[in-house]
Amino acid sequence: MSHCHGCSIQINIPEGARRIVLAGNPNAGKSVFFNYLTGMYVDVSNYPGTTLEISHGRYKGDVVIDTPGVYGISSFNDEERVARDVILSADMVINVVNAVYLERDLFLTQQIIDTGVPVLVALNMVDEAARQGLHVDHQLLSQLLGVPVIPTVAVKKQGLEEVKQQLWQSRRGHADELLQQELDKLLSKVSNPGEALLILEGDAAVAERHGLQPLDRREEIYLQRRQRVNQLVGQVVKDSSKTASLTNSLSRMMIKPLTGIPILLLALYAMYQIIGVFVAGTVVGLTEETIMIGHFEPAIRSLVGSFISEESIPGTILIGEFGVLTMTFTYVFGLLMPLVMGFYFFLSLFEDSGYLPRLATLVDRLLTSIGLNGRAVIPLILGLGCVTMATITTRLLGSERERRIAIFLLGLTIPCSAQLGVIAGMLAAVGPEFVALYTLVILSVLVVTGTLMNTLLSGQSSNLLIDLPPLRFPRLPNVLTKTGIKSYQFLKEAFPLFALGALIISVFQVSGILTLLQNSLAPLTVGWLGLPKEAATAFIMGLIRRDFGAAGLADMPLTSIQTVVSLTTITLFVPCIASILVMFKERTKKEAAIMWLSTWVIAFFIGGIVAQLSQWLGVSTPLEVVSVIGAVLALAAITVLSARFLKKSQLPRSSRSKEVA
Amino acid sequence: MTLDRIKRGQSFKISHILNDTVRSQAIRFGIAEGEWLTCEEVVPAGPIVIRKNRQQIALGRQLAKEINISLN
Repeated sequence: MSHCHGCSIQINIPEGARRIVLAGNPNAGKSVFFNYLTGMYVDVSNYPGTTLEISHGRYKGDVVIDTPGVYGISSFNDEERVARDVILSADMVINVVNAVYLERDLFLTQQIIDTGVPVLVALNMVDEAARQGLHVDHQLLSQLLGVPVIPTVAVKKQGLEEVKQQLWQSRRGHADELLQQELDKLLSKVSNPGEALLILEGDAAVAERHGLQPLDRREEIYLQRRQRVNQLVGQVVKDSSKTASLTNSLSRMMIKPLTGIPILLLALYAMYQIIGVFVAGTVVGLTEETIMIGHFEPAIRSLVGSFISEESIPGTILIGEFGVLTMTFTYVFGLLMPLVMGFYFFLSLFEDSGYLPRLATLVDRLLTSIGLNGRAVIPLILGLGCVTMATITTRLLGSERERRIAIFLLGLTIPCSAQLGVIAGMLAAVGPEFVALYTLVILSVLVVTGTLMNTLLSGQSSNLLIDLPPLRFPRLPNVLTKTGIKSYQFLKEAFPLFALGALIISVFQVSGILTLLQNSLAPLTVGWLGLPKEAATAFIMGLIRRDFGAAGLADMPLTSIQTVVSLTTITLFVPCIASILVMFKERTKKEAAIMWLSTWVIAFFIGGIVAQLSQWLGVSTPLEVVSVIGAVLALAAITVLSARFLKKSQLPRSSRSKEVA
Repeated sequence: MTLDRIKRGQSFKISHILNDTVRSQAIRFGIAEGEWLTCEEVVPAGPIVIRKNRQQIALGRQLAKEINISLN
């Protein structure tokens, strides 16, 4: 039936169970309510047609469903589409609002009330509001909205029991009267008042479900709702605060380049110390070397070896060098998991403290020049941990165009932590001028490729429009839960891909394709890159795991410039096989294939340019190396400038065509 | 004038937001046309941070160019 809006979510609703839906703005504290109601047993299901995951669990005989944090329910993005559908199918909604930001949060509250679903409002963070000199009269608010309002401090478990007890006191609130009259006219065609509302608000997707044209009344309705909310807030909030606090000036310092960049560097340094030194060294040493290679692999080899010989073809595939049962587990659990958890820990810390949106604001200018906006800083930093993980995270970007740029840049220019370790070790053996050469070449490729994609790809990237929540001290339980959930989701998503990757490579090895590739690459490595013939092996190894490739080079006797050329090439060379598989999963096959082939071409092209330039200009003195750096930067600048020029000369044409249209 | 030419600390009134979607999203944040707001921070060549009561929002430079404001 056409009205079955909620059935697109794969949730089993038992006979007679009611749907309790949690809704609220981002960071309102919904998750605490969700966990309080459902306890430990939570299911996560993917919402069809989107990349969002929806948590749901049981409360007594009923089902509790979480929704993504949104500021309103329309079709502005995937989060809203999902929240909309879940809310429209609800038997009741627990709307969690932040007492500090009532003006913003009550907009969603009023919109949900206008859909006609029974609502209970949890007025959260009343302690924080009190600290800021805000007093909210919750009884008056309840009277004006027409639904129960319960003051809570969710993180301290205050008021949660009352929410539980009054759950079924929830009722339909006071909807806007004029709006109600409009809705009544529609109700002959659309039986669900919530859907009627959204059609009136111009939601094309909902209108289509009923075979209707969306009505374009959105702005009018929004303005009325905004007015009503402002009035409400004026009546119920008493403000006796002094503005400008310490957090406010810290917030400013994070945004302004002069202070924001040092703060960012400090944060990155802390990340490097903890993830790069402690996790990658000490923890991985234990998990990968001692536990996985020392104990797990011998155990699994002897177990499988008692059925199949290790030298046989199935033996090689299962427990050989790249074995599905050996390499996959060692790599994922021994090496990646500790690193990924470290990165997600920092990400959660940044997220919980409110630093991320400020970081996005700080770097927005830089990223707009490569066709992204400030938000893209998240996947780019995560890429330094694991490119596979970062590629999945690009889902948070605003448009397909941005995802395309970000995924390609991640695959091409961002070395993952496993690879960084080996690279850092090899660079330690060459002079600082060579380190500078390597770093600047990679950065130039990032900037040039981004600029070129921004110029050549059609369409426009979305602009930054981001809410800056108050800075607060991160809460450890919150941070740990987030780290746990994200790491688990990464594992669930990436593990099968790593296994598939190991399988593909083992098959290559057994069938001799690996040797064939190695031989056919040899002319390129010797003639064009000026490297020893064996370097080809390292590149092929890089197909599997990026650090394998780099590690293969570490064993070779290379001159300083050969080190730089080979590291440049291996960094830009195709991402590891799991990243490639994620790329194919996230993009169309054609697009992923183009990206994959491009990384081959670009890696050898850039590596070759560095090799040829250094032959031509010489690298025997530091000054000569600096001249190579200069030449590389000049080439990059010329490319960027001509791309800019090209774009400028295109712009007037496109704006003219708009006028004609 | 447009929002990208605002200076830090100035108060202004939003007169028109060009982009339909942004206009609707702004209403939700409490930033409707006709509202008075303060400029909290201007990142050189970068985003503009505006404030209404405790609510702070960062807008990309390009977006700010598409928002008409008046200072009085």
